[in-house]
Parts: sequence; C-alpha cells; structure tokens
Amino acid sequence: MIQFDAVHKRFPNGTTAVHDLSLEMPEGGVTVLVGSSGCGKTTTLRMVNRMVEPTSGTIRVGGRDVTRQDAAELRRSIGYVIQQGGLFPHRTVLDNIATVPLLLGWNRRKARARAAELLETVGLAADAGKRYPHQLSGGQQQRVGVARALAADPPVLLMDEPFGAVDPVVRTQLQDELLRLQKELNKTIVFVTHDIDEAVRLGDRIAVFRTGGHLVQCAAPEELLARPADDFVAGFLGAERGLKLLSLRTLAAVPQGPAPDSGTWTLVLDEARRPLHWRSADDAERPVRPLGDSDSLLSALNESVASPTGLIARVDADGELTGVTSRDDILEHANRAHAELGVAA
Amino acid sequence: MYELFKNLGTWLVSSSQWSGPDGIAHRLAEHLQYSLLATLIAAAIGLPLGLLIGHTGKGAFLAINLASFGRALPTVGLVVLVFLAGGLSMLPVYVALVALAVPAIVTNTYAGMTAVDPDVKDAARGQGMRGRQVLLQVELPLALPLILTGLRLALIQVVATATIAAYVSFGGLGRYVFDGLAQRDLVQVLGGAVLVAVVAVVLDLALSGLQRFLFRHRTA
Repeated sequence: MIQFDAVHKRFPNGTTAVHDLSLEMPEGGVTVLVGSSGCGKTTTLRMVNRMVEPTSGTIRVGGRDVTRQDAAELRRSIGYVIQQGGLFPHRTVLDNIATVPLLLGWNRRKARARAAELLETVGLAADAGKRYPHQLSGGQQQRVGVARALAADPPVLLMDEPFGAVDPVVRTQLQDELLRLQKELNKTIVFVTHDIDEAVRLGDRIAVFRTGGHLVQCAAPEELLARPADDFVAGFLGAERGLKLLSLRTLAAVPQGPAPDSGTWTLVLDEARRPLHWRSADDAERPVRPLGDSDSLLSALNESVASPTGLIARVDADGELTGVTSRDDILEHANRAHAELGVAA
Repeated sequence: MYELFKNLGTWLVSSSQWSGPDGIAHRLAEHLQYSLLATLIAAAIGLPLGLLIGHTGKGAFLAINLASFGRALPTVGLVVLVFLAGGLSMLPVYVALVALAVPAIVTNTYAGMTAVDPDVKDAARGQGMRGRQVLLQVELPLALPLILTGLRLALIQVVATATIAAYVSFGGLGRYVFDGLAQRDLVQVLGGAVLVAVVAVVLDLALSGLQRFLFRHRTA
C-alpha cells in the first residue's frame, strides 16, 4: 500500500505542484491519477520513488517512509515506466530489461535469463531480445519498458503516461495486456494519464486532480461516473459519462431469448452455429458482430443500434450462438444499473 | 609551374629523401609523436572537464565559450610567449598544441553529454542508478560518438599545427617548411606542406571510418 499524508510540493520557482495531498493507494490495485496538464499528477507519481522530493508531509510505501530510505535502493524496488519508454538506445532489448537485476548484483547469466522470460511475459518474440530499441515499433518499445520495470519483480509499479505516445489501436492492445498481466501479477500500480477513457478502463480507483495540485475526488470508476464530486470532475468526465458507465457493466446479467427464425431479417449461422450475418427476405445481407458475456453494455448498445433488427447475437466462448437480446432489454438493464448507483442526472 | 610539381614529385618519392635523421620517415615519426602526445594530454584535461560540465550542468558557459576562445588563440604567439618565459625546450610547443586541442575536446564532450535524451537519463535514475552509474553506463556511452569527433578534430588541428615545433628549432614535418623557407627552396616547403596535409587527411579518414564501424548499431 502507498500512503500520502499531508504531502505538499512547492518547486523552487514558487509554483505549488501538489497541495496538501492525503491519499491511499490500495495494495494490488491500479490507482489512476488523472487531470489536465500541470495538475500535479506526474509530480505525485514521481514523489513515490523520490524522483521528486516532497516539501512537507510523508509518503509511505509498504509502511516505510520513502525519504528515510536510500533513494537508489528505493528506486530499484519500484518499477518505473515512462512515456516513450526511455529505453537505453545503446543497449540491446535484453540488456535493457536486465538493468535492475544487474544493479541489484545478480550475475549476468541469471539477469539475462530473467530478461528473456519477461520478453515472453509482455508478449514479445524471443529474437527481439537481440535487437536495439530503435529497431522496434513504438508499441514494442513500450512493452520493453514494462518488462524492464518488472524485471526484479517489484511489488509496486509506477507508470507515467506509458501509452501516451502510441496510436489508438496499439494503445488498446497495450491496455488489454496490462489488464491481463495485472490479473496474474497483482502489483500495486500507480498510473498517470490525461485520458479519462484509459483511466476508466484500467483503474480500480481514479484520483482526479485539478490545476494547482488539488485532489478533487478519489473513487472507484463506477462511483466517480455515477456521482462526480463537483462540476470540475463532471466536466472532466465528459458529456458521455452515462455511456462510459455502461462500458463498466457486462452483458452477463442481461437476459437473452431465441433468435427469430422468421420475419424480415434472419440470422444466418454456419455449421458450427456461429453467426455469419443477417439476411433479409429479399436476400440483402448485413454484418453481425456477436458478443459474449464479458462484453460491455456499451458495446451491446452500439451493436444493437447497428443491427437491422435491433437485436444483438450472443455467443459462448467457442463463438456458438446462445441467443439474442433486444435493444430494449439492454436499455432496461442499463437504467436499472444507473438507478442502483443513484446516478446524478 | 609544371617544373615545380615535377620536382615536388621527385622530392616526395626519392629514397634518399626518406632515410636518415633528416629523412621524411624520421620527421613523420617525430611529427606524429608530438601530435599524439599533445592530443593525449589535451584529452586528459578536456575529457574530465567536459564530462563534469555535461553531467552536472554547471559551467556550461565555460564549455560553450571555450570553442570561440580556441579559435581566437594565436598559436605561434603562444609558443613565443612560453618560449620567452621558459626558455628553449619542447614545453612551449606542447603548451600551444594542448591549448589548441582542449577547446575542441571540451566543447564536443559537453555537446555529446547534453545531446543525451533527458527521458533516458530520467529512466536511468528511475531504475535506481546512482550518479556515477548514470554517467558511466548511460551518458558516457551515448555521448561517445561526439566525444570521439572532438578528439578527431583536436588531433587533426594539432597535426596541422605541429609544424611550429620546427619554428623553435625542433623536428617534425615543419622542419622542411621552415628550412625550405630559409633556403628559398620552394620544393622543400611545398613537400613539407603536402606531407602535413596528407597525414591530416589520412588520419581524419581513418578515424571517421573507425567511428562509423564502432557505432554501426546507432541511429543517425
């Protein structure tokens, strides 16, 4: 667990980066710090591993005051990932990943073996290890950055806008990978971003900062979207926060019925009962994107709008049709979810 | 004109001109010895200075202005000055050559250090490297191409200028230039000048080739 207790940071030029911050970041959870630029979120993150020293207040990692520890040793015990990766351009990918183990005094062979293992963990091919950073794509470099941070298996991971410099498709992939990794590794992660969608996707808790280094609200994503503390937070979450809330709910609890076998549009299946497309009475075809129980209400709503019948096709893990759900059922379920949370209008 | 170049050709290739204590081979060895030693001493002064300024960011003013100071420095004047103050020895020559070489080394070392991506330095510190480890494992290797460029430039300048050793009665390829001038032997003057130029160009090509080989894995 990471605890901030009445932490203040004022820079020598007089600007206050962080104002009286008290915050707990739970163990094994992802805490996302969001806010516009200059709100102190990066400074907050960098105070955890003493890349920035607080002016007053205390920061504890695992119960120990960070300022009472040797800075270099503290940093070796905390994973650190920055935007653009910050990889060492003169070292191979494998040697980049082995950085912290080598600093900790592991022998070279053991450090390399560990690095090779991590290449696989972050989804890179083994032969990438012999390459140099500039020979990799932006997304691959970012994966190497994550692997380097994980090399000595630190309990805490600091990620400063790690996916800010890659294109949206790659960013989504990297986010998925991080969620998958986090399921296995259960690190205490502090993640800085200015992208609220990324925050909602990744965060177990989201801390919203306002310019001047004020923490405005820290809550679980659902709670934040349902009941923003003030107009600033509501504004930051954007006009579509009702829809964003739907992105956090899955289809699992929404009832389904049998697919229509007559009518203007019918659902065409292949031999394995996997949905292929919608076909109309006069032989027109429209695409179908089948959804599983883990897909969000938002995706379901989107698909139901695109579907010629307003129905979405539901499938199991093998892609086999289990039934269909109507747009009305999705909306009714969404309304109920909103009511449960007491969403402010 | 044609006659002059013909005589120059004969002078450069004649075997008698290459052997003996006054021969080209010996003068060339002397010239290289002066140049390498002066550059080595300059490196021993300039490298730590450039690295220190680059690593701490303190004294950047010095590093930047040293370059123009170096260009403005009258080398022959310096030789005469030290000669008058200290008497006849190789010292004035080395002082002048070192003073000529240090600015190029400091300035390029500093430039190399400042060109290191701040994100990379931040990452190095963030992974838990101490100041010295950041310097030796990250900044120095990344600054190395520019550091070597500085050393190369310094050496070439020194080679071209080491002719002044002959000005205060020592050896080197400058011998031919100054003797030739004294004897109004234009072929000898030209021969000395051509030899100096060839040595400088060959060293430059060889060293830049070495640099390209060493940093073939780097971008740009």
